[in-house]
Amino acid sequence: MCLAVPGRVMEIEERDGTRMAVVDFGGVVKDVCLEYLPDLAVGEYAIVHVGFALQRLDEESALRTLELFAELGLLQEEFGDPWEAAAPPGESPERAREQEQDREAAR
Amino acid sequence: MRYVTEFQDPELARGLVEDIRAAVTRPWALMEVCGGQTHTIIRHGIDQLLPEGVELIHGPGCPVCVTPLEVIDKALAIASRPGVIFCSFGDMLRVPGTDRDLFRVRGEGGDVRVVYSPLDALRIARDHPDREVVFFGIGFETTAPPNAMAVHQARRQGVRNFSTLISHVRVPPAIEAIMTSPDCRVQGFLAAGHVCSVMGTGEYPELAEKHRVPIVVTGFEPLDILEGVRRTVRQLERGEHTVDNAYPRAVPPGGNPAARAMLEDVFEVTDRAWRGIGVIPRSGWRLSPRYRDQDAEHRFDVTGIDTREPAECRSGEVLQGLLKPNECGAFGTVCTPRTPLGATMVSSEGACAAYYLYRRLGAPAPGAPAPAPVPSAVPSSAVPTPVEANPVG
Repeated sequence: MCLAVPGRVMEIEERDGTRMAVVDFGGVVKDVCLEYLPDLAVGEYAIVHVGFALQRLDEESALRTLELFAELGLLQEEFGDPWEAAAPPGESPERAREQEQDREAAR
Repeated sequence: MRYVTEFQDPELARGLVEDIRAAVTRPWALMEVCGGQTHTIIRHGIDQLLPEGVELIHGPGCPVCVTPLEVIDKALAIASRPGVIFCSFGDMLRVPGTDRDLFRVRGEGGDVRVVYSPLDALRIARDHPDREVVFFGIGFETTAPPNAMAVHQARRQGVRNFSTLISHVRVPPAIEAIMTSPDCRVQGFLAAGHVCSVMGTGEYPELAEKHRVPIVVTGFEPLDILEGVRRTVRQLERGEHTVDNAYPRAVPPGGNPAARAMLEDVFEVTDRAWRGIGVIPRSGWRLSPRYRDQDAEHRFDVTGIDTREPAECRSGEVLQGLLKPNECGAFGTVCTPRTPLGATMVSSEGACAAYYLYRRLGAPAPGAPAPAPVPSAVPSSAVPTPVEANPVG
């Protein structure tokens, strides 16, 4: 949630009186509010946090950061299935296996 | 220096480290405020690349971690009510309250939904006019403007079944609290880059001057951190204490004026409790009186909850930079990301989670030198498996 991810603006439209954009985050596409960066244009990059564009970013910096986030698994963390990521031990066979591995590692 | 090769630009990294080494004549303790920066530092072993004596202390910059247990318990109480749709960011699901978490509330029949943006919660409210929709609004200055916009738009659009449980916090009063603590060892700050993307740098010169402490606005990529350290150390060695911006590509001096204006419209500054730290004066926001009817604490009676902190969790000391995560007796044994005692272990930005993810099996005893990082330990999700934590172990 704390993460701010660079993305590229694909389309812009007014929706419910709000300036919104379709933004591409290295393959994941999300709706983003442009009310705090209203002059952002299609093709430009911005730092996006919880669905809001907060600052413009140059393309080179944006692509470098996206590459780093993908490598660290942070894009999966930001855009992946939150219920799967949050599942506690014992909620699924996979989690139960991981819990057992945890105990092994702690010994 | 062997791990410098994993940096995106190893030559630049090597040069920065050499610059820092050449500048240092005595020990310095710097605090990185942002939890994202903590993860970069531990993941890339930046603390171990630095010359001996230059210590990085992890600050309280993880919003999930500093949300008080009392607020978590209020969230759980509201989410359990019939007729309520409770909307939250995903990383709050596993933060333990006194006796359960949001994940468990959903298992018990509560309608808990994960949203990517606070505007998603507002849309859910519009789609379900017969239900009360509550959004869990936590976070620092980066997250507060989006939440403020949702509140503002609910008012503008006449959405009356939307309210928010607010626990927003501000960085500058936390820096003030750290610097005035009798235990303070911090001599310089790496300020959180994306907080400053919104707020700019105007709140910091007074702090830097008052406490004679350099404050360097720093990004979160490995080279950003090294550059932030280099500039902070250079100031310290020269006896300077100014505000410097080492992240200008994302931080204009004035921040984002539109976002700041919305903050001023929707919120007012208030004293806030920080988990493990206590109340810090003027360190948070609450809804301004104009928007008080959209405050979930006013709309729902959540007083009288019996909140009990787990006695064995020492996250408060970790959040204040007084204890490294692996110096806690519960670390990696009774306390893991899947069985967390406190939010610093469960949050993806938490310092304990960073140590667990990258240093767990090699966790040294207190006072012993830390082990080398594992460059190939690339996590594939927020919840690490032991294999990811140390594939060579």
